[in-house]
Amino acid sequence: MQIEVAGENALIAYLGEGQSPAVSARVQALADLLPGLLGASLIDQVPSYASLLILFDPLQTDQFAVRAALRRAETQLADRHTGSGKLVELPVYYSTESGPDLKQLATDAGLSTEAVIEIHQSTEYRVYAIGFAPGFAYLGEVDSRIATPRLATPRQRVPKGAVAIADAQTAVYPAVSPGGWNLIGLCPTPMFQPENKPHMPVQVGDRVRFKAIDRATYIELGGEL
Amino acid sequence: MRQAGVLSQLQDAGRFGHHGIGLTNGGPIDAVAMTLVNRLLDNPAGACCIESSFGGLELEANTSTVLAFGGGDIPLSINGVEQSPWRSYRVHPGDRIKLGFAQQFCRGYLAVAGGFQVEPEFDSQSTVIRECVGGTHGDKLGTGEILPCLASQQPLQQLRDSDLPRYSNEIVVRVIPGYQCAHFSKLEQRRFFSSTFEVSDRADRMGYRLTGPTIRCDIEGILSEGICHAAIQVPADGQPIVLMNDRQTIGGYPKIGSALSLDLHRLGQLTPGATVRFEKIDLQRAHNLLHLHRASLATVQTEFIDD
Repeated sequence: MQIEVAGENALIAYLGEGQSPAVSARVQALADLLPGLLGASLIDQVPSYASLLILFDPLQTDQFAVRAALRRAETQLADRHTGSGKLVELPVYYSTESGPDLKQLATDAGLSTEAVIEIHQSTEYRVYAIGFAPGFAYLGEVDSRIATPRLATPRQRVPKGAVAIADAQTAVYPAVSPGGWNLIGLCPTPMFQPENKPHMPVQVGDRVRFKAIDRATYIELGGEL
Repeated sequence: MRQAGVLSQLQDAGRFGHHGIGLTNGGPIDAVAMTLVNRLLDNPAGACCIESSFGGLELEANTSTVLAFGGGDIPLSINGVEQSPWRSYRVHPGDRIKLGFAQQFCRGYLAVAGGFQVEPEFDSQSTVIRECVGGTHGDKLGTGEILPCLASQQPLQQLRDSDLPRYSNEIVVRVIPGYQCAHFSKLEQRRFFSSTFEVSDRADRMGYRLTGPTIRCDIEGILSEGICHAAIQVPADGQPIVLMNDRQTIGGYPKIGSALSLDLHRLGQLTPGATVRFEKIDLQRAHNLLHLHRASLATVQTEFIDD
C-alpha cells in the first residue's frame, strides 16, 4: 500500500494498479475498516478502482495518526478478503432506438448488433467506483471485443437510464446529464432515488449482470422512450 | 424572492459523508464570509444563508426579523437606502432588501436570524444544482419563491473593521504538493510555483480554471480516483483547474497537489482577469495554519449597535 498526501485534510492510499477485482476488494476492505479505527475524525471516504481517498478532520487528528490507522488496517486486509458483494440484475432494452451508438459500435467492432448485445450481457461486472454524478456506478470490465473509446464530441444530453460503454467500463446514467460514453440501450431500474433507501440498487463491490428485455417489457417496468 | 438575481442559492456548511453515493460537498465558496455573517446573528457558523454570486437579487420581508449581509463587493440597500455590509439590520413586512451587482468580488452572503428554514436533504441544506439536491427544490432560487425564516427581535451587531475579510485581485494561494506531483518534473513544478495565472471565464462553483504558462505532466491521465476539495488538476492542455465545492468526487486527470482551504475563500471571490500565484507549503504548516485560523475566528467579537 502506497500512501500519498492529497490535501490539507486528505490522504490517498493506493492498493494496486489497474482494474482488478482483487485490488478493488482490498480497497473495499480498507474502507470498511477505517471508520472503526478513526471514529469521528473520519469525515468521508471515496473508494475507486485501486485507491481510497480518506478525508479527515485536521482539527481533530493529523496525517500521522491517519497513516498509522491505515498501516494497522493493512495488516488486517488479508483476513477481510470477502471477495464480492451481492449480485444485482439490471434489465436493458438494447436497440438502435434506445441505444443510438449501438450500430456504430458494432460496425467498429466488426460484429453484428446482436453479438454486441450478447457479449455485453454475458459478462458479470463489478462495481468499482461511484462518482461523476449521484448514483453513477463505474462497472468493469467490458469484454475487449466491445470496449470502445469515448465519443470525440460528448453529447449535451444523455437520457436517464442510458446504458453506455467507455473503454473497458460500462455504466447506467442515473439522470439526464451531458456525457461522452457510447449509448447501447436503456435500463428502466432507477439508479439513484434520493427519497428511497437504499438510494442505489448497487454499491461498490457488488456484481452486476445485464439482461436483455424487449420494448414492451421496458415500458412495463416504467421505462420511458 | 422578488428578483432571483444572477445565481442565488441556499448554502449551509456543506454536505459530508455521502461521497459513497457520488454526492459532492456543496457549501459556501467563501466560508469565512458566511461564518462572520452568521456571527452577527448569533447563528451557528454553518446556518443556512443565501449565497449570492454576482448579486442582482431582491427580497421582500414577510415577517419582522433581523438579517445580515457581507462578502464580496456587492452593494446592499434596504428600501432604496444604501447600507453597509458586515452588520445586522431589522426588517419588517414589506421592506425591500436589494443586492446590487458585484464589480470584482462576486460572492455575498445574506443570513437571517436562526437561518433559513428548509428541510435538509442528505443531512444538508446546501444546494448543488448539478445534482438536483438541497435548497428549496435542488435548484437555484427563483423569483416568487417564499423562503421560510423565523421572527426575531435580537439586538443589532456589527463587526470591527479589523475583523473584516480583505479581498484582492492579486492573490497567493498556498498549495500542499501531493497526489501525482511526482509526475510533474522539477522544472514544471518550478514553472507552476513561479508563474502568474489568470482567472479564466470558466470559473464557477465546480472549479476555477486558470490560464497561464503550460504546465506539463509526464502522464495524461490516471485511473479514476477520489478528488478532494481544493485539488489542483492539470489536464492535457496544461492549464490548472482548482476544484471547488461542487466538483465531481472522482476523476482521471493528474493533480499537482491541493490548495489550502483558507485561501479558497479569496480565490472563489475572484472574477475573470484577476491573478493568482501559488506558493508551496507542507502539510504540517497547513495544519498549523488551520489551527491558528480557528483560534483567530474564535476571538472575533461583534459590537452591539443602538437601534
